[in-house]
Amino acid sequence: MNADLLAVLTFTAGYNTAVAMAGCAALGAAGGGVGVFLLLRARAMAADAAGHATLPGIVLAFLLASWVGAEARSLPVLLAGAAVTGALGMALIVAAGRTTRLGADAAIAITLSVSYALGIVLLSYVQTRPDTAQGGLHTFILGQAAALSAWEAIAVGMLAAVAVLVLSLLFRPLTLLCFDADQARSEGWPVAMLDMLLVGLGLAVVLFGLQAVGLVLVVSLLILPAASARFWSGRLVVVFRLAVAFGAGGAWLGAGASALWPRLPTGPSIVLALGGLFIGSLLLAPHRGALAECLRRGGYAWRLRALRAMGQGRRFPGTELFGWTRNGSPTERGRAALARLELWDRCLAEMPEAVPERAAWGIAPVPADAVRMLERFGP
Amino acid sequence: MSEFWRIDLPALAAAALACGLCGFLGNFLVLRRESLLGDAIAHAVLPGIVVGFMIAGTLAALPMLAGALAAALIAAGAIQLVRNLGRIEPGAAMGAVFTIMFAGGVVLLERASLGNAHIDADCVLYGQLEDILWLGAPRVADLPREIWTLAGVLLLSAALAALFAKEVRLALFDPDFAEAIGLRPRWIHAGIIALVAMAAIASFEAVGSILVIAMLICPAAAARLLTDSYRVQLLASTAIAVASAPLGYVLAGFGPGWFGHPWSLSAAGMIACVSGLAVAAAALAGRFARRAAEPSRIVPASA
Repeated sequence: MNADLLAVLTFTAGYNTAVAMAGCAALGAAGGGVGVFLLLRARAMAADAAGHATLPGIVLAFLLASWVGAEARSLPVLLAGAAVTGALGMALIVAAGRTTRLGADAAIAITLSVSYALGIVLLSYVQTRPDTAQGGLHTFILGQAAALSAWEAIAVGMLAAVAVLVLSLLFRPLTLLCFDADQARSEGWPVAMLDMLLVGLGLAVVLFGLQAVGLVLVVSLLILPAASARFWSGRLVVVFRLAVAFGAGGAWLGAGASALWPRLPTGPSIVLALGGLFIGSLLLAPHRGALAECLRRGGYAWRLRALRAMGQGRRFPGTELFGWTRNGSPTERGRAALARLELWDRCLAEMPEAVPERAAWGIAPVPADAVRMLERFGP
Repeated sequence: MSEFWRIDLPALAAAALACGLCGFLGNFLVLRRESLLGDAIAHAVLPGIVVGFMIAGTLAALPMLAGALAAALIAAGAIQLVRNLGRIEPGAAMGAVFTIMFAGGVVLLERASLGNAHIDADCVLYGQLEDILWLGAPRVADLPREIWTLAGVLLLSAALAALFAKEVRLALFDPDFAEAIGLRPRWIHAGIIALVAMAAIASFEAVGSILVIAMLICPAAAARLLTDSYRVQLLASTAIAVASAPLGYVLAGFGPGWFGHPWSLSAAGMIACVSGLAVAAAALAGRFARRAAEPSRIVPASA
């Protein structure tokens, strides 16, 4: 098993596996990069709806192609159909959100579920036809990366290269678009075009991901790497690079796992690998992670109790460690810390409205304006 | 006649119950502008179903409902955690949580040897309305298990909604005031999430887990486009939902026959499509109604 694992992960376990894994990694990279901006624009769930809306397009394209006598299972034909209905779904969401009193959330949920239902009705029609080779259509729902051929993997790789290149070149205007669209407009950037570009790239990731990940879960390629990267940094450039790396790495691991173990469908396997990265980031990231947050809060609580105990002349473990006491008597530093705490207590009691919401009470310096006001009013 | 009793009636009854249940509960999501929560719960309960099934070994109602409740509460908690820690938009937080949980559910389904029980990915994705049969026909005790589960959850939801009608309404429209007079809108919200999860479980065998979303959101959205009255909203959405069940079922089962084709279409999918058409019709009707009502709005009310 270990030799198999090594072989799969180093792309030496046969041509087909290597192709599938390279294609999935490229897909993950593209999804991660585009996802960062889609998340900032709050478009992630609209992309989910577009993913579900591709199903009727796939089936209609299949029916149309077999009706005119063309090769109905050809991937470009099916993806063209998927692109049309996916884009229609996206447009429907925008239109319904703008013209009716339903919010964007209801528009997304309706588009997602009704277009998927339409796809299922069409699929049940296809399954009644004995003459056609319709067996493969429902693999688009949960995905099947093993079916990725070499030129499809190359196409996905090109998408990833184009997406990352375009996003890097347009990094500044896209950042402006996400954080301050008015500023972008006043600087002369074509905001609507940039928005379209972003949505188009998201749709492209969804389309290319249909075969490997499947339409139900394809949106996770856009959401999970970007959301994981957000835990590690506050700088968008770093988040972007991390998201690309997480997407590529997670998709590669997931595709490898699905190649190794039987009865492990590729799409869910990739999502679980990306999900593992996400949960790891959520728990372990140094500043925003759950563990760091718990440690920070626990540390504050302990230091606060230690300082209060010191003020009352009690012994408490830790005061020595923080340099507040030496041989049981307060040091210069300890007295300064105690004075700050007393100032805080007064500040909280007398002018709670001056305290910033996320201040770490008792440990962070007292806000300067609050100190000034306290001094003016006297003890 | 006996074919109707054994095949069509149980499927119709299950569809109507599932639609009525989801259509009613969906109001509380649509009115809070949290329709995507229905989406998230419908996906996230899947691992709960599978684990409940693996522990109990059967498709009995109670273990699956318990599993679904646990999964929905875990999902709700995880979404809150991701929102607070990651500071990402609520939609993306839901998307992150429910895709992971749904993927986990699918992998469990495929990996676990579930024997000969008819629970598989297809059932989850499409629903198997056609498989709900009343084999022991006229005996009530032999009614299919799905119908009993649906009826039970429906009764529970109706009872709770009637019991807490005032509290729910206040928590929906003015949560701050509800909080101020000690009503705990958060608990009411958690209760709604729990009921939606149970409804999703009870309905998923009939209409599939993704089509549950259509039945949760579409009837309520259609009613929202037609009325501003809370009472009318609740009644109209439930009526639209219940009506779309037989309409969709007949269209799917007998529609092709009218054109001389021997086959039938997916009934669950057709029911969801009908509810989508209801939204489209309501959008048009609502627009005309508003245009007709426009002049009266300008005239000051003579009291």
